[in-house]
Amino acid sequence: MRREVGKLSELRSWREIPIGGVAWKSSLENKTGDWSPFKPKIDQSKCTKCLMCWILCPDMAIGWDGEKVYEKYDYCKGCGICANECPVKCISMVRV
Amino acid sequence: MSMFRFNIREAAKSPLGILSGHRLCAGCAEPIIVKQVLLAIRGPTIVATATGCLEVSTTIYPYTSWNIPWIHVAFENVAAVASGIEAASKILHKKGISKYENIDVIAFAGDGGTYDIGIQALSGALERGHDFLYVLLDNEAYMNTGIQRSGGTPLGASTTTTPAGKVIPGKSENKKPIADIVVAHKIPYVATATPAHYLDLIRKARKAIEVNGPTFIHALSPCPRGWRHSESITIEICKKAVDTCYFPLWEYDNGVYRLTDRSLMIAKNPSLKKPIEEFLKVQGRFSHLFTPQNQPLIKRLQEYVDAVWEDLKSRCENI
Amino acid sequence: MYENKVLMGLNGNEAIAYAVKQCDVDVVSAYPITPQTIIVEKFSEFVADGEVDCAFVPVESEHSALSVCIGASALGARTFTATSSQGLALMWELLYIASGLRLPIVMAVVNRALSAPINIHCDHSDSMGCRDSCWIQIYCEDAQEAYDTTIQAFRIAEHEDVQLPVMVTIDGFQISHTLQNVELLSDDVVKKFVGIRKAKEIEIPNLGKVPMILNPEIPLTFGALDLYDYYFEHKVQQHDAIENSRNVIRKVHDEYAEISGRRYGDGLIDCYGLEDSEIAVIVLGSTAGTVRYVVKKLRREGKRVGLLRLRTFRPFPSKEIVKALRNVEIVCVMDRSGAYGSIGGPVFVETQAAFYNEKKRPKIVNYIYGLGGRDTPPKLIEKMFEELPNLECGEVKFLGVR
Repeated sequence: MRREVGKLSELRSWREIPIGGVAWKSSLENKTGDWSPFKPKIDQSKCTKCLMCWILCPDMAIGWDGEKVYEKYDYCKGCGICANECPVKCISMVRV
Repeated sequence: MSMFRFNIREAAKSPLGILSGHRLCAGCAEPIIVKQVLLAIRGPTIVATATGCLEVSTTIYPYTSWNIPWIHVAFENVAAVASGIEAASKILHKKGISKYENIDVIAFAGDGGTYDIGIQALSGALERGHDFLYVLLDNEAYMNTGIQRSGGTPLGASTTTTPAGKVIPGKSENKKPIADIVVAHKIPYVATATPAHYLDLIRKARKAIEVNGPTFIHALSPCPRGWRHSESITIEICKKAVDTCYFPLWEYDNGVYRLTDRSLMIAKNPSLKKPIEEFLKVQGRFSHLFTPQNQPLIKRLQEYVDAVWEDLKSRCENI
Repeated sequence: MYENKVLMGLNGNEAIAYAVKQCDVDVVSAYPITPQTIIVEKFSEFVADGEVDCAFVPVESEHSALSVCIGASALGARTFTATSSQGLALMWELLYIASGLRLPIVMAVVNRALSAPINIHCDHSDSMGCRDSCWIQIYCEDAQEAYDTTIQAFRIAEHEDVQLPVMVTIDGFQISHTLQNVELLSDDVVKKFVGIRKAKEIEIPNLGKVPMILNPEIPLTFGALDLYDYYFEHKVQQHDAIENSRNVIRKVHDEYAEISGRRYGDGLIDCYGLEDSEIAVIVLGSTAGTVRYVVKKLRREGKRVGLLRLRTFRPFPSKEIVKALRNVEIVCVMDRSGAYGSIGGPVFVETQAAFYNEKKRPKIVNYIYGLGGRDTPPKLIEKMFEELPNLECGEVKFLGVR
């Protein structure tokens, strides 16, 4: 999975960027999912929706939409904390 | 009495203060702690951060992972910057220039920016009594510059400036008792927390924000890179740190000490306390201690941890 | 227009404190150091008596003083601090940070020599030491000018084309602690002149034009990490801003002259007797007064000499200096700070560079004087004028050393 070099941020001239070094772009544009080939897979039949994986994820890569817990592969760095901490062990780290 | 009730299902549907896409390592505890502290905010909040892993990895120009107003100035002065923001917010409201009656100010800093270079600014800000929360993200070394030892590095730990060598096995000094130093300033609220015990951390963060005056939370932040462990056991290591009483969970609330969460359970049931080897053996930075010539160091560390634990228990009112 | 003025006997420090009081400053944070102490002491009296609506934060070091000002200024407050020599040296990293973050902080620097050896008396080594920090530097000759310049400084710093911090300097002890009749303007005139700080608006894609302050409604990130792809651009923006400040300093000075009746040359340089002089002296700060006295004396004797008092050192008014001295044959640059390892003192080096591209270049010499508060009486300056014709171009001499 190779990211195209140079696509992340178009370089602007000094007259165009705001003064003072005020950062303006959301880091959500930076899809860190390609840091690791390992991703969590949640077994929905066993998941108790306790949301421990959500609160312990360093990258906010687990989401809750009110009904089910879902993984955000775009941002997951494959650390495996969710799989390690899940109380019912319904998350397994798989290679995608 | 606070009416704050943390509902994880509600919180999981709301936008967070820190966003994905930051460049912190996989398995780093700092974004977990920051996320949990920001779940406890109650209104307009401004965050100031010292130079360190958190600052550098979340704000690589022009990208930012912060969803709330944020400022970084320098390494040693985050407490002074937070004082300035707090003083300005009060006077601007008094003069009718700002519409915000109360802006909560949170300062995040690493152990380098607190124990060592930042202690002057922290001590000054605490003495002046500004109303802000200071969260210490303690990964026990100068991780951002390459794992050098700091005042927060424990005895025997191998860092790049105290490497485990043939003659000197790691750091020869004990960890500076920063929370005790802060308590000595007699501020209204001081607490220790870990991201593994998140309900405890969120409750303490909310309490610290609500208290009027300077407050301090010392959060343990394991570092897979620097402590040399697998990324997936970051939270597990926090639990081990508390179970071995290496990092007890307590709070100092207006002069009254209390143990909280798991540490309270261990105090009431001493058989739950684990030996320090449980904490040391999963980390590469302590692996040199498991040789016959370095065994006395483990014993010294165990004695130190036990002495601190007994002293803490004697001060607590809820045992 | 000139009504309701008050004449008070004030020293330089007190004059600055009065100016700060009248300018409706929001946050003042300072740490004591001789000879700046009286500014903060006087201001504390105003705060304790309730005469100012201001948050006064007495910090534990000068580094924290400027940090508090940076934090407060980022929130949109009007801020002020004051320091000298060692304190300024301690704040060194934050000087660059304050100008890099484009915060309009005003600082009074009471010039004092840098240690070692420790010395509490005047020389310009402290403010010359940070001349590349992108702060605007204005050197005041006396307490009256210190009062006037502090008021102008807030306008200059907060101007939307500038947005840079400003350093107002006075000579330690010689001006800071000596009494002068200072004419203060009335409170409403000053308040009307400085106005309220209006935050600079910047254009953010997706958000449009937003004020550049920490605002809970619009989360901005200040002080991000720049890699090699953006740092250069941010520095060029600062370069552009300090170039813009030349016109702004002049305009604000002229506007102030209308409400007060006092002018200091054109705001950048203040000349005396240069129309017909053969020999001119460039000098900063209070010594200009002594030089002017000697120049007047020598002119009465028929000698064609003149004085150029450099008021603004940063940005360096090279064009103005070259124009004012175009018919002069010998230019003597007096520097009150050392020239270690360089061709001469800082002002001398820049003056020489200003003339480099001109076809007609005067003989420029350098006198380093007054280090550590060494007295420079009129007799010494007369001796200097006598020596000038015999010196080589580019020669550096020390005035008054044994």
